[in-house]
Amino acid sequence: MDTAKFEEVFEAKLAKNDFIEPKDWMPENYRKHLIRQVSQHAHSEIVGMLPEGNWITRAPSLRAKLVLLAKVQDEGGHGLYLYTAAESLGISRDEMLNALLTGKAKYSSIFNYPTLTWADIGAIGWLVDGAAIMNQVMLQRSSYGPYSRAMVRICKEESFHQRQGYESITHLAFGTPEQKAMAQDALNRWWFPTLMMFGPPDRESPNSENALKWRIKRETNDQLRQRFVNQTVKQVEYLGLTVPDKHLKWNEAKQGYDFSEPDWDEFKNVIKGNGICNKERLASRNKAHSEGAWVRAAAEAYGKKQPEKEAA
Amino acid sequence: MSDNQGQLWEVFVQKKSGQPFVHCGNVHAFDKEMALQNARDVYTRRNEGMALWVVLSTAIVASSPEDIGSFFEPANDKIFRHPTFYQIPDGVGHM
Ligand SMILES: [Fe+2]
Ligand SMILES: [Fe+2]
Repeated sequence: MDTAKFEEVFEAKLAKNDFIEPKDWMPENYRKHLIRQVSQHAHSEIVGMLPEGNWITRAPSLRAKLVLLAKVQDEGGHGLYLYTAAESLGISRDEMLNALLTGKAKYSSIFNYPTLTWADIGAIGWLVDGAAIMNQVMLQRSSYGPYSRAMVRICKEESFHQRQGYESITHLAFGTPEQKAMAQDALNRWWFPTLMMFGPPDRESPNSENALKWRIKRETNDQLRQRFVNQTVKQVEYLGLTVPDKHLKWNEAKQGYDFSEPDWDEFKNVIKGNGICNKERLASRNKAHSEGAWVRAAAEAYGKKQPEKEAA
Repeated sequence: MSDNQGQLWEVFVQKKSGQPFVHCGNVHAFDKEMALQNARDVYTRRNEGMALWVVLSTAIVASSPEDIGSFFEPANDKIFRHPTFYQIPDGVGHM
């Protein structure tokens, strides 16, 4: 078959809502787009373990510590599902890790903000995982089979993440005045960075058009952001807290809230590497990776010594 | 000293005894024992399975998507392999 014929088969599959599998022919740009998106997603899961991992030793109760450990462990698992999905597109795990460790690869801007108080851990589960879920529910129907399957698995696990976060924030919001103030402070700091997680506005989103055409994404950044705000406001109200946006207002005509856009210059600046924690996150990843080098070397040497040599 | 993540393994999980093993994803590992342990940690943290298989990815032989048509073609014109092909008189009960 010539390329035109392959392309026809590929387009026909997309039109039928069929999935594209690793060995299927796909346009080079589709492959590149997915490698970038899936590896960035994987990096986000892995770097996302850092702001929360930071609080494991300081969790206020044994229950809270167990929950946080389990959640952070899940995020590590999410990273692994996604790395293998990206590998099926022809990039090696080493190549991806290298790109992350050398600062060449991007990951979600949200993880470059600091977790200053225990309330931030609740806010992350509730808002950050909540926003991630909104995006990932859509990606369950992404056209690339391995990515879609990874998302189905991830979404099943995510709902515990958001619920534990909201429960934790609830305790603070209904606690002492100091605790309630902590919850409000966390909401104030995480609200706009969370809205940034959906990516730049549609009017200036360079990759969106192809992603929609190829059904890698099914909805635009602005659509998802709007849905998130609509859903989250009543959760804020229940807590007796205030969304830090004086322009937030119900719009009867569109059956949704009007709200202020995040500061897109700040967003671009964080993406460029100038966020509060970019350097610290990269340094932590590099430290963990180099401290684990001897373990990988020992495991490899041990694997080679196995009698059957399957893994040699 | 090389620094890598080991080889790629395919993971199959059996939900309950008696059910088929279903592919669920991949892990990296340096030997089969580590592959099993990694598969347990990555894919069965919530009792998703009672048994696991791990197989080196290089050992999997797959049909090629290009010749789906001709490869599965022999099944297409054999409708007599399906029970609905046959007429059974009314009144003889469920068959
Ligand atoms: Fe996750
Ligand atoms: Fe999560």
